[in-house]
Amino acid sequence: MSAIVPGAVPAVTTAAPAGPSRWANLRSVLSVAVRSASVDVGLVILVFWIVDAVAWHLFVPFDPLAQGGGNLLAPGGAHLLGTDNLGRDVLSRVLAGASSVLTLAPIGTLIGVALGTVVGLITGYYRGVADTLIMRVVDALLALPPIILAALALSMLGTSEFAVALLIGVIFTPIVARTVRSAVMTERDAEYVAAARLRGESGAYIMAAEILPNVTAPIIVEATVRFGYAIFIAGTLSFLSLGLQPPSPDWGLTVYTEQNFVQVQPWTVLGPAIALGTLVVSVSLVSDGLRKAMDS
Amino acid sequence: MSDDQASSVTDTAPTLAVEDLSVSYRRRRKTLPAVSGASFEIAPGEAYGLVGESGCGKSTVAMALMRYLPGNAAVDGGTIRFQGQDVLTASPATLRGWRGNQMAMVYQDPGSALNPAVRVGTQIAEVYRVHRGLSRDDALDRAADMLDKVRFPSPKDMLRRYPHELSGGQQQRVMIAMALAADPALLILDEPTTGLDATVEAEVLDLIEQLRAEYSTSVLFISHNLGIVARLCDRVGVLYAGRLSEEGPASSVLTEPRHPYTSALLRCVPRPGMRKDTKRLEPIPGYLPRLGEAPPGCPFAPRCDLVQPECETAPPPLVQVPGSHASACLRATEVPALTARDGEPAAAPASGTAPAPPPAAEKAEKAEKAAEPVIAVDGLVKRYTSAGMEVTAVDGVSLDIAPGETFGLVGESGSGKTTLARCIAGLLPSSAGKITVTADHSGRRARARFLQMVFQNPDTALNPRHIVRRILSRAQKRQDDPATSSERGRRLSDLVRAVRLQDWHLDVRPAALSGGLKQRVAIARAFAGKPSVVLCDEPVSALDVSVQAAILNLLIDLQAERGVSYLFISHDLTVVQYLADRIGVMYHGEIVDIGPANAVAAAPHHPYTEALLSAAPALGSDGAESRIRLDLTPVQPGTGTEGCRFHGRCHRSLGEVCATQVPPWQTDDSGNTYRCHIPPVQLRDLQGAATPL
Amino acid sequence: MAELTSPAAPAAAPAPRPAPGAAAGAFLGRHPLLSLLVKRLWLALVTLFLVSVLVFVIARVMPGDVGRSILGPYASAAQVAALDRKLGLDRPILAQYGSYIWGFVRGDWGTSPVLSVPVRPYVMGHLVNSLYLAGLALVEIIPLSIGLGIVAGWFRDRWPDRLISVVGVSLLALPEFVSGTILIVVFSIELRALPSSAAVPDLSIVDILHNLLLPSLPLLFVLFGYIARMTRAGTADALSSNYARTAYLKGLSGTAVLWKHVLRNSLTPTITVIAVQLGYLIGGLVVTERLFNYPGIGNLIYTAATDHDQAMLQAGVLLIAGVYTVANTLADLLYAVLNPRLRLGGS
Repeated sequence: MSAIVPGAVPAVTTAAPAGPSRWANLRSVLSVAVRSASVDVGLVILVFWIVDAVAWHLFVPFDPLAQGGGNLLAPGGAHLLGTDNLGRDVLSRVLAGASSVLTLAPIGTLIGVALGTVVGLITGYYRGVADTLIMRVVDALLALPPIILAALALSMLGTSEFAVALLIGVIFTPIVARTVRSAVMTERDAEYVAAARLRGESGAYIMAAEILPNVTAPIIVEATVRFGYAIFIAGTLSFLSLGLQPPSPDWGLTVYTEQNFVQVQPWTVLGPAIALGTLVVSVSLVSDGLRKAMDS
Repeated sequence: MSDDQASSVTDTAPTLAVEDLSVSYRRRRKTLPAVSGASFEIAPGEAYGLVGESGCGKSTVAMALMRYLPGNAAVDGGTIRFQGQDVLTASPATLRGWRGNQMAMVYQDPGSALNPAVRVGTQIAEVYRVHRGLSRDDALDRAADMLDKVRFPSPKDMLRRYPHELSGGQQQRVMIAMALAADPALLILDEPTTGLDATVEAEVLDLIEQLRAEYSTSVLFISHNLGIVARLCDRVGVLYAGRLSEEGPASSVLTEPRHPYTSALLRCVPRPGMRKDTKRLEPIPGYLPRLGEAPPGCPFAPRCDLVQPECETAPPPLVQVPGSHASACLRATEVPALTARDGEPAAAPASGTAPAPPPAAEKAEKAEKAAEPVIAVDGLVKRYTSAGMEVTAVDGVSLDIAPGETFGLVGESGSGKTTLARCIAGLLPSSAGKITVTADHSGRRARARFLQMVFQNPDTALNPRHIVRRILSRAQKRQDDPATSSERGRRLSDLVRAVRLQDWHLDVRPAALSGGLKQRVAIARAFAGKPSVVLCDEPVSALDVSVQAAILNLLIDLQAERGVSYLFISHDLTVVQYLADRIGVMYHGEIVDIGPANAVAAAPHHPYTEALLSAAPALGSDGAESRIRLDLTPVQPGTGTEGCRFHGRCHRSLGEVCATQVPPWQTDDSGNTYRCHIPPVQLRDLQGAATPL
Repeated sequence: MAELTSPAAPAAAPAPRPAPGAAAGAFLGRHPLLSLLVKRLWLALVTLFLVSVLVFVIARVMPGDVGRSILGPYASAAQVAALDRKLGLDRPILAQYGSYIWGFVRGDWGTSPVLSVPVRPYVMGHLVNSLYLAGLALVEIIPLSIGLGIVAGWFRDRWPDRLISVVGVSLLALPEFVSGTILIVVFSIELRALPSSAAVPDLSIVDILHNLLLPSLPLLFVLFGYIARMTRAGTADALSSNYARTAYLKGLSGTAVLWKHVLRNSLTPTITVIAVQLGYLIGGLVVTERLFNYPGIGNLIYTAATDHDQAMLQAGVLLIAGVYTVANTLADLLYAVLNPRLRLGGS
C-alpha cells in the first residue's frame, strides 16, 4: 500500500487559513484591527484617558476640589478652561473626573461578562425547561429600558459606587448571556461535543474545556461593546444624580450640578461632556475595529 | 449522441474560447494563483466537462467566464472569447445583455440560489422582462412554458410557489428552467447535482440530457464526479491545482488517461461491484496543495509515481500525445493503462448478478452466523417534535452486528441513518426499542470503552482549540487509561502510527491539517481505547476523492488488526458495497432491504435498492437506457401512512395494495430480506428483465 | 447481555406511520400566522406579568416607610401606622399585589400619595407628551438610518461606507446628556436658535419642531448608529448572497438587483431591530426629558422613583413595558407577514 507522505503536506507551520483557528493568533487579529485609522484614533484617545484616570494627580494644574480661584471665570489665563461657580478649576476637574467612570465601567463590565458567560453556557448547553425559564426572565428584564431599571434599583438600593457597578453587571448579565447562549448553541451541535459526550465527559468538563475556548471570540467582542455601554450607563446615572455624589469631579455628575450655570459659563458643562463623549467614542471605535478584525 | 454532434460542428467558430487564462486571489496581501494558463474551447452544441477536486479552480473558471469574480480575485492574464467577442473587456451593458440571455448558469445548492422572498414564477419571468421586454403577464406565461419543459406536472400552480415550498430537486429544475429561459448559446452547469440525493441527482441529470437534445446550447459542465462527466460530456478537461493536466474526448481521457493524476483518480475510487476482499483500493499519496501552495513545477509531482527531476522545475505544457489526446505530463506515454478491472466493473451494476462471493467472504459469513452479535438493535424508534409537529425519524429498526463484521447502512438524506447511529451511540435517547450488547456496558465510562464514533465532518469533529496531542491523550485517558506516564506516551505513539500519522502532527491544531489528516486524527480518537464497535457516519463523504481511498483502506486495516465491528453509514451505495459484509437500506426511517452485501446488490431486491443502484453515476456503466426513473414528486404529507412508504415513487408499484397495506418481509434464497408485496420469484423476473442476466 | 438504553416499550410496536418529514400537512387547518399570533400574545402576557411582579417588588422594598416618607419626619409613629393601614400596606404582600393588579386592569390606578392627584390621567398625559417626542424621533431615525444603512451596504468597504460606519459607531454609545448638552450650548446659547427648555407643543409642525427638534436629536444619534449598522450588514450580506448572484447573472443591473431582490430580504430583519431599540428610545426619554425639562413619562418615572411615589412609579413603568411589548409583538407579526417562509409555514 502506498504510504502517506507526510513531507508532501505543505508547510504546517505557516499561518492557518481563516476558519476555526482564526482566534489562534490574537496578534494577527490585533494587527488587522490596528491597520484602520479610526481604530488608531480611538486607541490614542482611550490610552490617554486610561493614563489620565490612573495618574491625573500628575497632570492637574490645580486641586480639583480646591475652591477660591474666583467664581465662573471665563477660559484663559491661569485657568485654561475657566472656573465653576465654586471657583474650582474646570480643567483640573475634567482631568480628575476620568477615574470614577473608568473604575465603575470596567468592574461593572467584568461582573456582567462573568455572570453572563456562566448563565449563557449553562442555558445554551442544557437548554430544556431551565433555559426557557431563564430566557423568559431575561426577556422581561430586557422589556425595561436599562436606565429605568437602574433608576428603580438605585432608588431601592441607595446610591453608592459599589451599587452602580453591581447594577451595571446585573443589567449586562442577560444581554451577555443571550450572546453567549447563541454561540454555545451552535458549538453544542458540533461533532467534537458529541465526541466528548461519547467518551463520557461530564457537562461541566464539556462546557469549560470543550465549548468555552471556542466561544471566547464573541465573548470578547461583546465585552468591549458592553464596556462602551457601561460608560454610557455610569455617566448617565451620575447625570441623574443616582450614582456618585458631590463634590466628586465625575463628569456626569458635574454636567448635572453645573447645568444651572450653562448660560453663564458653558465651559463648566461642556468640558466634562466633551471629555465623556471622546471616551465613549474611542471605546466604540476600538471595539468596532476588534469586531471587524475577528470577523475577517 | 455526442460524437456525431461534436464532429458536425467542428468547422464553425467556437462558442467559447478560453486562452491562457490565469486568475488569482488576493488574501492578506498575498497573491494566490487559483487558475494558471488554462486554455480550452467549446464548439456550438458541444458539452465540455471540467473535472477536478475541490479547490482546483473549477468554479473560478466558471465565474471568470461570466466575469463575475469576487472582489479579491483578479484575472492576471489570458483571454476569454464568447462568440468571438472579448468577455474581459466587454462593457457592463454588453455583459448584462449576455448574462441570462446568451450565457446562463446553474450552480450547486439551488436552495440558496433562488431568492427566498420572491415567487418562483416571478424569478423566471424576470428573464423575459429584462431580455425580451415582455409584459408581466406574457412573461409569466412564458415562465409557465419553461416549467412545463422541465417536467413540472402543473406549471401554472408552480409559478406561485416560493422556493422553500419546493424540494431540492424541484428547486434545481427551476434553476435550469431559468437558465434555459432565453435559449442561451452557452449553459454553465457548476456541480448542479452535488448535494442532491442519488435518485434525485439521476433525475436531474436525465433532464439535462433530454434538454440538451432539445436545445442546441453549448454546455460547460463542471463536476468532481468523473462518472457524471463521462456520461454527459463530449470532451473533458481535467484540472489539478489550477492547471489543466489533461484534455480530450471524454471517451479517450477517461479510458486511456495520459496523465498520472487522471489515472490515479480513476483507480482510487471503488467501482460498482468491487469488494474489499477481492481488490484493495489504490490511494493517491499525499494531499491536494492548498491555494497558493502549489509547487513550482508540475503541481502533481509530489504525489506522482512517475516523478523525475525535470518535473519539479517548470510546469509541463499541455501538448498533444501522438495517437491520443493532450496531456501536461512529461512522461505521458508511460502512464500505465488501466487494468481490465479498473476500466470495466466486474459486473453491470444495475440489477445484474453479483459475482460469486469469494471463499474468504463465505467463510467469514459462516463465522458471523455462529457468533453472538456484539450489538443488537431491536425495534428502535426515535420520534421528536419539530415546530410543534411529531416526526418519526427512525421507525422500528432492527439489526445486529457480529464481532468483526461491517454492517453498511445506506440511505438518502433524511432517511434517518444518522439519527439511528446517534441513538445507538446513546447521544440521543430513543423513544422505543431495545439495544443489547455483549457485555456489561451500562455505565458512561464503560460505554465509552465499548463504542466509539467517527463523524462525517472532520472540521467540526475535532475541537479547533485543542492540539492533536490533547485530543488524543484525553481520549486515551477516558477510554483506556494507562497507568504510568511512560506507558501513556508509548501507547500514544502506537496510536499515531496505527493511523499512519507522524509524531509532529501531535503538536499542531486541527486547522493546520488537511481534511484527510483530520479524519485520521478522528479515527485515532475512536481507536484510543479498544472499542468493540465503531460507528462510522459518512466518514469519507466530506473528503476529496483522491483522499477517500486512503481513509477507507485505513478503516479496513484497523478492522483486520483489532477485530472491531463497524456500522458504516453512507449515502454512497458503491462505497458501502465495497466495504460492508452486510447491508441495510433505509428509506424514510425504516430498513426496507437487509442482507449479505452481495445478495442486497443482486436481484431480487427492494425496488428502492434497485433505483439506488441504477442511479449511481459510475464510470463504465452506460445506464441511461436502463435507468430507473422515480417519480420526483415528494410524498405528500399524510399520504402513504397506510401502505408502503415507497409506493408513491415506486416504479414497480402494484397499485392499490401498495397504497393501503403494509408490505410483508420477503426472503429470497440468497439471504436477502426486503419489504415488498412482490414475492422474490416474481421480483427476480421483473428486475432481471431490465438487464438480462 | 445488557441494555444500553432504557427505552420505554420493550418490543417496539410498528410505530404509527405518519411519514417522517411529512408532518407539515397535519395542521393544514391551522393558519401558521394565527398560531404565531396566539403564541406571541401569550409571550407578551407572560413578559408583562413578570415585569409587574418585578416593579411591585422593587417598589415595596424601597428604603423608608411609605407612610413616613409621605408624612415627614415629624409625624408620630401612630400617624404613620394609620396611614400605612389606610394604604393597605399592612396586608400580606400577595394580597397587596393581587388587589393592585386587579385595580390596574380595571383602570383604577390609585392616587399619588405624594402629589395627591389621580394617577391615571396624570400618567397618561405624560405618556402622550412623550409620544410626541418619541414619534418625532422615529420619524427622523427610520428614513435616515435605513437610507444611509443601505448606502453603506451598497458601497461596502468603500469611502461612503467607511464614513457612515465610523459616524454611526461613534454615535452608538454617546450618552444623551452628553450630546444634548453640546446641542444646548451650540443651538440655544451660542446661536439662540432653539429653546433649551422644551414646552409641550401644540399640534402644528412648526411648534413641534421648535420645541422638540433639539431633544429628539440625542435619541437620533444613539439609534442611528445601531439601525444603520444593522441595515448595512443586512444589505451587504444579501448583496453577496447566492440569490443576488443569480439575479446579476440573469442580466439585471445593480440597482435592479438591489430593489427587486436584496431589499425585500434585508429590510425585514430591520423591523425587529427597530422594535427592540424602542426600549433604548424610552430609556433615553428619561435623560432627554430631564435635560430639556420636558413633562414626559421619563421625567415622571424619574421623579416618582426619587420621591418614592410607588403608585406613580408602578403605573409609569408598567405602561412603558406595555408599550414596548406591544411594539415588539407587532414587529414580530409584521416580520412574519413579510416573510413567506413564516407566513406559509416551513416545509
